[in-house]
Amino acid sequence: MEQQIVKVKNKKGVRVIPGFGLSLGVTLAMLGTLVLIPLTSIIISASGLSIREFAEVVTSKQIVSGYVVSLSCAFVAALINAFFGLMIAWVLVRYQFPYKRLMDGIIELPFALPTAVAGISLTYLYSDKGWIGAAFSKVGIKIAYTKIGITIAMIFIGIPFVVRTVQPVLEKLDRQYEEAAAMLGASRIYTFFRVVLPEVFPALLAGFGLAFARGIGEYGSVVFIAGNIPYETQIAPLLIMAKLEQYKYADATAIALVLLLLSFLLMLMINSVQIYMQKFSKG
Amino acid sequence: MSENKQEIYQQDIVGDGVHSIQKVIEPPKYDSSNAVKYVLIGLSTLFLFVMLILPLIVVITNALRDGWAAYKDAVLDKYTIKALQLTLLATACAVAVNTIFGLFASFLLSKFYFRGRQVLAALIDIPFSISPVIAGLIFILTFGNIGWMGDFLKTYHIKIVFAVPGVILATVFVTFPFVFRELFPVLNAQGKDEEEAAALMGAGGFTIFRRITFPHIKWALLYGVILCTARAMGEFGAVSVISGHLRGKTNTLPLHVEILYNEFNTMAAFAVSSILVILAVLILIARSIVEWKAK
Amino acid sequence: MYVEMKHINKTFDGFQASKEVSFGVAKGHLAALLGPSGSGKTTILRMIAGLDKPDSGDIIIDGARVNDIPGSKRGIGFVFQNYALFRYMTVADNIAFGLQVQKKSKAEIKERVGELLQLISMEDLGKRYPHQLSGGQRQRVAFARALAPNPHLLLLDEPFAAIDAKVRRELRTWLRNMIEKVGITSIFVTHDQEEAMEVADTVIITNQGKIEQIGTPEDICLHPQTDFVADFIDAARYEAMMAVK
Repeated sequence: MEQQIVKVKNKKGVRVIPGFGLSLGVTLAMLGTLVLIPLTSIIISASGLSIREFAEVVTSKQIVSGYVVSLSCAFVAALINAFFGLMIAWVLVRYQFPYKRLMDGIIELPFALPTAVAGISLTYLYSDKGWIGAAFSKVGIKIAYTKIGITIAMIFIGIPFVVRTVQPVLEKLDRQYEEAAAMLGASRIYTFFRVVLPEVFPALLAGFGLAFARGIGEYGSVVFIAGNIPYETQIAPLLIMAKLEQYKYADATAIALVLLLLSFLLMLMINSVQIYMQKFSKG
Repeated sequence: MSENKQEIYQQDIVGDGVHSIQKVIEPPKYDSSNAVKYVLIGLSTLFLFVMLILPLIVVITNALRDGWAAYKDAVLDKYTIKALQLTLLATACAVAVNTIFGLFASFLLSKFYFRGRQVLAALIDIPFSISPVIAGLIFILTFGNIGWMGDFLKTYHIKIVFAVPGVILATVFVTFPFVFRELFPVLNAQGKDEEEAAALMGAGGFTIFRRITFPHIKWALLYGVILCTARAMGEFGAVSVISGHLRGKTNTLPLHVEILYNEFNTMAAFAVSSILVILAVLILIARSIVEWKAK
Repeated sequence: MYVEMKHINKTFDGFQASKEVSFGVAKGHLAALLGPSGSGKTTILRMIAGLDKPDSGDIIIDGARVNDIPGSKRGIGFVFQNYALFRYMTVADNIAFGLQVQKKSKAEIKERVGELLQLISMEDLGKRYPHQLSGGQRQRVAFARALAPNPHLLLLDEPFAAIDAKVRRELRTWLRNMIEKVGITSIFVTHDQEEAMEVADTVIITNQGKIEQIGTPEDICLHPQTDFVADFIDAARYEAMMAVK
């Protein structure tokens, strides 16, 4: 351990625990070689593009429709997940029932199940010969190979994000708030919307954001059910893949850059709302 | 958690290291609106059954639809075994890198204050929020023919892209923050008093870590390893970009599933998938056990 | 007696929180439920409020048995231990909550809120959020919120527990004066004997789910009826306190 004991540090005072240098060294070395250096490649590659070329790629009709499909489906899926995720978290925290532990364990299935497996399975299930798809096709609704199918795959992949961010907040929510509202004569539903919902809103928003971001970037579970019809069901990550297969690396980089920017903005927005909401919880 | 409803105070450790005191109170008894309860439980069950369970059932029934012998042939196929081996290799590498990095980084960020701490934490999270396809792309842009390291690698005849090292790198990248994310909140909440006390008594860094820090995080570590395993095993997008789909060489199990599916060999695709489903279910069980033990 | 508890029993998962609890509080009185942690005092308060249901026995408020009436219909104001102020509502909205629920007119609500803000001397702070208030101010808001729907009985769960020791004494006097001014029958829970003796007209001592003794502060200090009360109450401190007064 190269650091000597008692080394005066910033406002937090004295650094007593040894191992700072080694930990910092290992952390930076691994993070640098495995994550940061590869990431800079995208910047290097993008800098080879002129603004005009870049704009041409990302505003081409096919690419724009890819973004629209990815964003709109991911948004709808995240909204549906916010609704059901909140309900499931509520059920898991507030109610006792026989198979509760099983239900709690199953939530994580989309994390554990390889996305490609989920992809082909959902495609089969919602195709015209699948159990659910067949029923819907009788009434003229096609699910697989349409935006509905993409949305369903994104719901699958996003649900644990909402449940797992809302659940701990609901668990910690002091029942006194609800009791106080009840003592003042509020009904359960009124209490839920005016007292409970504001309390879990930051977590719900975070879960929504995570599910949304995951939906935008998701590939494996979506690509099979999407069917990849140009201008219809081509998602943005698939377009990157397609450009790579044609060795159009510059185009792929441009599409990826916009996608990165979008998820960065999304996270920034959600973080600022959360920071704004956090100030209410002081004290 | 309910012997004496009255005055039980329970200390809750929040992820950001803030301690809050919370009173445990019996659910309000005055409203026995059971109808709402059963409707909500029913809806949640239905949603989870349709969204999560049905796809599993689809995999199993389709895997076995041509009988047991056909299933066995598909699972024991030469290429399937090769793909399984590569999946296991990539997963093992990812877990090893994750564990080492997770331990050092979480120790660093929870026990020391230094400028740029927050930035570092944010950088570690990047792989988590990046589309897997982009994760694969950056390795092609780095090590591929057009990549800035491409010429260098060519001179020394090192192949990364469309080869096994690429598959491993991509897997490591997408799983990179997993163990760290599990360890950090635990270590952060624990504070650093114990380590400081030990250091003042003259203990060295390694001793402190082994005797003081590690016992706090062993369950979280195991939990992180399980999550990392799950993700590494199933990674598709990033590996798909970088593998070049070379059957028997750079195919992992999920990629093998894709190839079989695209060849309209649906039954075999589901048979191979069933291996992954079984692994996923085992992971979920292990996760529940660890979570239960940690409590 | 305005509030009467008759032979109340309550068990939580095998733990008996109340054993044959019987007592009464006269109209306009301020009573303290005093006892060590786990003695069952909060359970009694919560049963009066309708937040918990007794297994057996009668709860009588103003001559009517209220066991089967929901807490919100019993004419009770409740001040929670940590105040349970709604964080995402302003002070004024917190106070108005109980009135909005009753679908009172906007003008009526505004008038009542203004009145209460004046009562707690926080006229200028109606637009603030709970996190912008001091502990003492939060307690006053909780007090005003509980009073807003014009209850006939005020229940307070450890009203001073979340307050700095320094300002606690000051707030105690303030609360006592306020309750006298409003003239509302009140019951509060505390584990601090000094608090109970100084503020309450009637002190009810609880221990292990049972009532040990009921009486005026003086009565209890000078004539403890059980060994527990004698042990729990520090008579010397009481005399010293009275001497100062």
